[in-house]
Amino acid sequence: MSVPTPSSAGAGAGSASLRGIPVSPGAVAGPVARLAAPPRLPEVQPQVTDVDAEERAARAALADVADDLEARAAGANKTAADVLTAQAMMVRDPELANRVDQSIRGGMAAPWAVNAAFGTFRDLLASLGGYLGERAADLDDLRDRVVARLLGLPMPGLPDPGHPYVLVAEDLAPADTASLDPAKVVAILTERGGPTSHTAILARSLGVPAVVACTHVLDLEDGVNVLVDGSSGVVRIDPAADEVTAAVEAARRAREEAASVSGPGRTADGHAVKLLVNIGGLGDLDAAAAADSEGVGLFRTEFLFLDKGTEPSVEEQRDAYARVFTAFAGRRVVVRTLDAGADKPLAFAAMADEPNPALGVRGLRTSRHLPDLLERQLVALAQAAKDSEATVWVMAPMVSTPAEAGEFTRAAREHGLSVAGSMVEVPAAALRAKPVIEHCDFLSLGTNDLAQYTFAADRMLGELADLLDPWQPALLELIGRTAQAGGESGKPVGVCGEAAADPLLAPVLVGLGINSLSMAAVALNPVRAALAKLTLAQCHTLAEQALAASDAASARELVAAAVREWTSAASTE
Amino acid sequence: MPERTAIVGSAVGLHARPAAVFVKAAAGVPVEVGIAKPGGEPVSARSILSVLSLEAHGGDTVVLSAEGAGADAALDQLAALLATDLDAE
Repeated sequence: MSVPTPSSAGAGAGSASLRGIPVSPGAVAGPVARLAAPPRLPEVQPQVTDVDAEERAARAALADVADDLEARAAGANKTAADVLTAQAMMVRDPELANRVDQSIRGGMAAPWAVNAAFGTFRDLLASLGGYLGERAADLDDLRDRVVARLLGLPMPGLPDPGHPYVLVAEDLAPADTASLDPAKVVAILTERGGPTSHTAILARSLGVPAVVACTHVLDLEDGVNVLVDGSSGVVRIDPAADEVTAAVEAARRAREEAASVSGPGRTADGHAVKLLVNIGGLGDLDAAAAADSEGVGLFRTEFLFLDKGTEPSVEEQRDAYARVFTAFAGRRVVVRTLDAGADKPLAFAAMADEPNPALGVRGLRTSRHLPDLLERQLVALAQAAKDSEATVWVMAPMVSTPAEAGEFTRAAREHGLSVAGSMVEVPAAALRAKPVIEHCDFLSLGTNDLAQYTFAADRMLGELADLLDPWQPALLELIGRTAQAGGESGKPVGVCGEAAADPLLAPVLVGLGINSLSMAAVALNPVRAALAKLTLAQCHTLAEQALAASDAASARELVAAAVREWTSAASTE
Repeated sequence: MPERTAIVGSAVGLHARPAAVFVKAAAGVPVEVGIAKPGGEPVSARSILSVLSLEAHGGDTVVLSAEGAGADAALDQLAALLATDLDAE
């Protein structure tokens, strides 16, 4: 392996460190296992001289991959075993093998023949959409496995070394993370990615320590032992045993300290800050409801609509909403209406192909084409809210103007949904927060999208992660401006992006005038503990320091230094 | 050629588990069985990918066909299987 440069900060007795952006707290040590990239076919296809040998190679690779899937099924739980067995069956499909043979006899080399055969079925399934469309992605994965076997490349996908490991990857796609088991993956390190990447969001929701944008991490070889500190962003290579013990112990103490504070969020001097959870489906409902929160700050409703062949009926929607409202009886639930668009397309409604989906017809803008879709969602929400004991608030995504905010609020009220607000994700809405909030009962800042639009930096581009850092003073200024409009009008303004989950940034947001913070359930305790240590006046000072900083890194450093000074002074008093 | 018409009894259609159960059974009979939507081109019942691509929903009619010794018995067995709800454990 190429030996990374030891970092000066904290590097001790002979072992080296890497440093990245910490996105999910906790400390853990374990051996590295890398996520292999999907195999690529070489540019030039070799001439096939022995057709029979080529056919045998293809058959053997198919059989090997199927055997491997079946072996893994034998050691898996029932649900996973069913999936793996079904995948093995696809690899053993006799029609697939026939097509591979035909292509080889037509002169193709085995890897190309396999690629073509999978491609035929893949396109067929993809064209059918829905459940079958999703199987197309399974076929891509299976094709990659067989092609990797034929080319002698490492198996793509999540590694399975047979013991818990630290997952190392360039970045993680949603497909990689769907099957990620926190019992096996003890920490996540990525070369790219930022604080709002899929990796960061997933790691936090699983409670797995993670460091992203960690340069040179891909140079680590499989099996190398590393100590990951998801709070400082430092990765120690080949750490000494006592160093691991100390780091794990410190992380445990921090966790205990965080868990020792409970109940509604408040600063040391009693200023109330509502701490809420984000939910995106019914699967995580029980865990979210059990968490110590004052309710839901962001209920994403996309799960009801995406990947569906037909629009869910009002009844189906109502029942799903009612389950959430029942689970949170007596608490607040802020529902975000459907946020679909060209990047999150609806199978049942034609959506134009857009060259730039993030800037296209998405969020509330979809009701320009499909007004009835929002109408029916509001009907279902109103029905579910009427019979519930939860305090139901509704808000629209991607609001840009006061007129859009007013239109949505009017529609919601017409359906009897008395508290209606807007998401602030577009800089225009933050700049004009005063007239926007006049039309609303509350505002909620989606800081991930607000950062993307403020910095003209695609959230999915890992190399722009520094621009998407929620500590960017320009982003904080827009948050402050929006919070100020709330303060002047006496209406609440919350943050429901990933920024709210950062225990160091949370006091800054409160200092800017934010009234509620909504986050993944695992982030609640650390944020609650961080707020409990500081007074509102201290939060104001932190906000001023962060706004005055020249960049994100120095904003974070200034705030961290001030918090350290105050809290160590408090503990020695 | 002997044929049987069957109505897909699994509510989810010939997808996922029901498709796997059916294809496994088709691989176990001594004759090559074809399956088609009415009027459509038959595909091999032993091919899970082909069977999925038929996109047969619960309640849809499908046509099974086979030739040779044991064809009738095989078709009866597979048609009966199709008509049951294969998603039930």
